[in-house]
Amino acid sequence: MNWISNVVPPKIRSFLRRETPENLWVKCPESGQLVFHKDLEANLFVVPGSGFHMRMATKDRLAATFDNGVWEDIAVPEVPLDPLKFRDEKRYTDKLKDARTKTGLQDAVKIGYGTIESVSVTVAVQDFDFIGGSLGMAAGEGIITGLTTALQRKTPFILYAASGGARMQEGMFSLMQMPRTTVAVQRLREAGLPYIVVLTNPTTGGVTASYAMLGDIHIAEPGALIGFAGPRVIEQTVREKLPEGFQRAEYLKNHGMVDMVVPRGEMKATLARICRLLMHIPAAA
Amino acid sequence: MRAYLDFEKPVADLEAKVEELRAMAGNGVAIGEELTRLQVKSAKALADLYANLSPWQKTQVARHPQRPHLSDYVRELIEDFTPLAGDRKFSNDDAIIGGIGTFRGRSVMVIGQEKGSDTPTRLKHNFGMARPEGYRKAVRLMEMAERFKLPVISLVDTAGAFPGIDAEERGQAEAIARSTDAALALHVPNIAVVIGEGGSGGAVAIASCNRVLMLEHSIYTVASPEASASILWRDSSRAQDAATNMKITAQDLLKFGIIDAIITEPPGGAHSDPSAAIQATAKAIESALKDLSTLSGEAVRNARAEKFLNMGRKI
Repeated sequence: MNWISNVVPPKIRSFLRRETPENLWVKCPESGQLVFHKDLEANLFVVPGSGFHMRMATKDRLAATFDNGVWEDIAVPEVPLDPLKFRDEKRYTDKLKDARTKTGLQDAVKIGYGTIESVSVTVAVQDFDFIGGSLGMAAGEGIITGLTTALQRKTPFILYAASGGARMQEGMFSLMQMPRTTVAVQRLREAGLPYIVVLTNPTTGGVTASYAMLGDIHIAEPGALIGFAGPRVIEQTVREKLPEGFQRAEYLKNHGMVDMVVPRGEMKATLARICRLLMHIPAAA
Repeated sequence: MRAYLDFEKPVADLEAKVEELRAMAGNGVAIGEELTRLQVKSAKALADLYANLSPWQKTQVARHPQRPHLSDYVRELIEDFTPLAGDRKFSNDDAIIGGIGTFRGRSVMVIGQEKGSDTPTRLKHNFGMARPEGYRKAVRLMEMAERFKLPVISLVDTAGAFPGIDAEERGQAEAIARSTDAALALHVPNIAVVIGEGGSGGAVAIASCNRVLMLEHSIYTVASPEASASILWRDSSRAQDAATNMKITAQDLLKFGIIDAIITEPPGGAHSDPSAAIQATAKAIESALKDLSTLSGEAVRNARAEKFLNMGRKI
């Protein structure tokens, strides 16, 4: 026990403790290889040996996207909470509270504004760690806010999509985010501003079946699972084994649904180039 | 022969008695008074039962095999119906039927899912579960409606879009997204009626409309009660709980402002008097079209966009 643990009240003490990562070593889900956490972080959470793309927390994603890791947070308007007064094993409001504590996020979608290689952009990140990145009223409002911000500031809109689908606990309010976000996509499109979707692992359900498949350009991260129905549902329907690589990024590219599969290390440069080209901004000398 | 649902058993018993008495009356037995009494009692029992259906019971009614389907509506309401086939890209999907015709004196485009009514037609229409080609046909027809200034009538009746390997391979998600996109871009009015099941994205794709109406005992869900139960509790047998908790009835959704109006079904549900249900639907569509007929194309599109954007902001 050092002097700090004697002086600092217990609540803050636990907060301090969390500063050191719990797992210094992370196991690659594909190769089983053990990677030092710091090395993984330095490599944008791509396992150095296997090239496996791990999930990336929202703040890491934004930091890796914007110049100097600096951006302006764009607030998402509040939405009614728990419209159905839903409970399963626990109350939906408790589930939300837990997700907020765990991720430090208000909901699954966060908006940032800043520059990529000096080009102004509005970026939305959907975080799978927030109740599976599910699309509820708050996430839908987040997407709409991002698109509206891009429209007002005349910037491209970049979305990092990740979602298991609808926020079941919000019922039809969740489903209605499909047309709602689509209206916002149309307004950006009609203003002649680019909308670039980066599909990350996994993106499925109502998210793929609305704004995540309506981009001008679709980029996928290597190995990302992308589809409408989840593999489990499909397997139950067709009662046969799914083909190798089914619904993976490379499969989607082969089937004409995404423009390119881009490793994370090249993502920023790719996004900057696309934005410059579509916005008629000459490359910096 | 009417097919009875489990929860209709008390009514079924009464009606069986009525039939029995009727047969006896035919044999010259004087039981006129008793027969009338029983008939009244049976009708009242049916009306009472249907006035208080639980969400799960409504789910069963919405899926009733004898419930009128798209083809019944088209046959009764659309003159000169001319079905149009194919997405001009890959194939034709009979899960979604579309075509031009006359509704109450004006040319319209009709689009909707058909579930089929016996084994061969159910297979032909894939139980109303569309593949990407179905949604791409819907896009094609909506764009045609825009060019020729035809109001679009969408009749929604699907458990959801088809979750199969081929559907994924050809971009089911993208096809649904583009169909929703097309519906929201129209400068002609569009009216959706959920006539049975409105299942998830596969329904939204053609139901993103100026007016969304539901038949009294139809359901509209983010995922079918079975799928919801399997997602929430990993147990699809809890569909009944899911149906109750997820607020899928026309009555709940009207209260939430997610739909615009409810079409009253005849006593005993649409399947007990299909023609009455279809005529009530026609009246509701006609009145919705009349409301929208004074708006300019731009106003039609904007009103639709604003309706969806404002949805849920205040409950």
